[in-house]
Amino acid sequence: MPAPYSLVHGRGARWALRALFLVLFLPLFALPLLVIAAASFATGWSGALPNGATTAHYADLARGDSADALLVSLLTAAAASGLALLTGTWAALAAQALPRRVRRAVNALFVLPVAVPSVVVGLAFLVAFSEPPLLLNGTREIVVIAHTVLVTAFAHQSVTAALARLDPAYEQSAASLGASPARVLWQVKLPLLLPSLTAAAGLCFALSMGELSATMMLYPPDWLPLPVRIHAATDRGALFTGAALAVVLMATTLAVLLAVSRIRSKASYRQPS
Amino acid sequence: MNVRAANVRAMNGGIRNGGIRFDGVTVAYDATVVLDDFDLTVEPGEVMALLGPSGSGKTTALRAVAGFVRPRTGRVLIGGQDVTALPPHRRGIGMVVQQYALFPHMRVEANVAFGLKARKVPRGEIAGRVAEALEMTGMDGFAERYPRELSGGQQQRVAIARALAVRPGVLLLDEPLSALDARLRAGMLTELARLHRELPGLSMLYVTHDQSEALTLADRIAVMDRARLRDCGTPQSLYRAPGSAFTASFVGSANLLAARWCGEDAVELDGGVRIRVRGSGGGEGEATLCIRPHLIGLGEPPGPSGPPSPDVPDMNVLHGAVTGLQWRGASHRVTVSLPPSGAELTAEVRELSSPPALGEKVSVHFAAADAVVLPPGGTP
Ligand SMILES: Nc1ncnc2c1ncn2[C@@H]1O[C@H](COP(=O)(O)OP(=O)(O)O)[C@@H](O)[C@H]1O
Ligand SMILES: [Mg+2]
Repeated sequence: MPAPYSLVHGRGARWALRALFLVLFLPLFALPLLVIAAASFATGWSGALPNGATTAHYADLARGDSADALLVSLLTAAAASGLALLTGTWAALAAQALPRRVRRAVNALFVLPVAVPSVVVGLAFLVAFSEPPLLLNGTREIVVIAHTVLVTAFAHQSVTAALARLDPAYEQSAASLGASPARVLWQVKLPLLLPSLTAAAGLCFALSMGELSATMMLYPPDWLPLPVRIHAATDRGALFTGAALAVVLMATTLAVLLAVSRIRSKASYRQPS
Repeated sequence: MNVRAANVRAMNGGIRNGGIRFDGVTVAYDATVVLDDFDLTVEPGEVMALLGPSGSGKTTALRAVAGFVRPRTGRVLIGGQDVTALPPHRRGIGMVVQQYALFPHMRVEANVAFGLKARKVPRGEIAGRVAEALEMTGMDGFAERYPRELSGGQQQRVAIARALAVRPGVLLLDEPLSALDARLRAGMLTELARLHRELPGLSMLYVTHDQSEALTLADRIAVMDRARLRDCGTPQSLYRAPGSAFTASFVGSANLLAARWCGEDAVELDGGVRIRVRGSGGGEGEATLCIRPHLIGLGEPPGPSGPPSPDVPDMNVLHGAVTGLQWRGASHRVTVSLPPSGAELTAEVRELSSPPALGEKVSVHFAAADAVVLPPGGTP
């Protein structure tokens, strides 16, 4: 099939592809983020470009309780992604021994909160846990639990896929050498899954850091994650303060993802094919 | 060399409980029976090759010993002890698989130490045992490497060292050399044979589809075909007197011709060619005639005093036309079509200075003692 071949490999075609990328994707993906970054330093914005540069918005943040909000977001995301990873990994490992039909049901259960709009999930939590004995309304825990429920599907699916790819010869060799199932899990399976586990953790963390719609329904007054603050700031018209907060959120999330991916590259082994 | 001798002695001292027995083992996945009423005994210290085509159930048999499949019926014994209900990690075996399965996140040293730690060998002993196993497989000096930093052949040596370090009574090998190229394979075969000599207490069950590996290494060969044990015996006995056409074609190469009994020690090919065969008391009806290519000579047979003569007793002489000629360095393979049926016989003879042309009329001869009659079936 010469036509598709030359489309990708011809020199002219390659440049055309690059140009297409620059024209279509860069503006869509990168430009809005650049605009936010520019806005966070703007004194005002009435024309095509910001009117002047200032670090006043950041100075405001430093004086206010934004640091608290960042901490709340970090703690929530760490707790939620940790719990999601634990639950998702455990479910994926346990499901291996189960019949296929049960496995599919478990998977569907985890995916349900993703398929349903997260506003609905928030509302559902609000209603479900508003009465004793399960009275969680107005607690910090309900935010963490809601985030966990929203992101566990990603952890579960990523670990399930990694387990399916794992050559059973590793665990069987380990077992034949006399290793108990627990030793096989801790010393062979989990280390081999580590790259997938950290990838899943990073994804869950990023999703939780940015979660707004369910959080809006649930957050107590003493537990305001950063996205809620951004929403509040822009809602009252403080666009540039909101932009500065957004930059902080973005930078923190990226920094954490970068740190996680460093663990991952250290943990990735070339497996014999 | 002293170190080596001491290591060998130490390892021999640790090996106990060799021997494997399959006792009517049947394994099935859902409705498909992949191992059918399998009976086989591997003696302590014996190398048994499980030889058969792909899909014949060899790996399944090995997995039944290792404990990764549960027999539907029957028992598996290791060292005389019934292990059918034991989980894999309690069976005290060593296992080496085709894809090595070294743990990629551990150095060679940790890979070899893994089984020792799992079996709670005293901490102080581990380093010595690791060194001993690596030395035996020629991998000392690679202890600090990661598996990805080794070649395929080196990885397979480490896999063998890892399995031997725990001093198992039985070593299970599943096509251990098939991921290696031909030259490495020959070298590893020699090494495995040496390990077998050095560790006379160790039983090995060696799964392969490659007859040359089985012939080189095995004390006995068990030939498998479609979930069943076809034949079992020493390489020599299977070669000289295969029990079936299937075994004949799988152990060494063979000319297999459809025939029919006609008397005590003679069979008749299609079209009436009569052939004297190895005396076996005779039989009735359909049969398969088996003649090894290297036992067939080209031309008239030499007479008792030298010159060719068709009258040598118990010598078969057939006439046909050459339909194929292959030069193989030290030998020629000449294929001759026999009238009137057109059945083909291939002779493997010392390299000919003036090989016959295609279509040329030639004679071939073979002794009656080299013509073995097998049960019918298996002919092209
Ligand atoms: N887990 C399994 N589920 C279903 N069928 C299997 C499974 N493992 C092996 N088989 C079947 O069992 C038969 C024997 O397989 P195997 O023992 O691996 O053969 P060999 O090692 O001789 O090539 C094959 O037909 C294979 O398809
Ligand atoms: Mg196999």
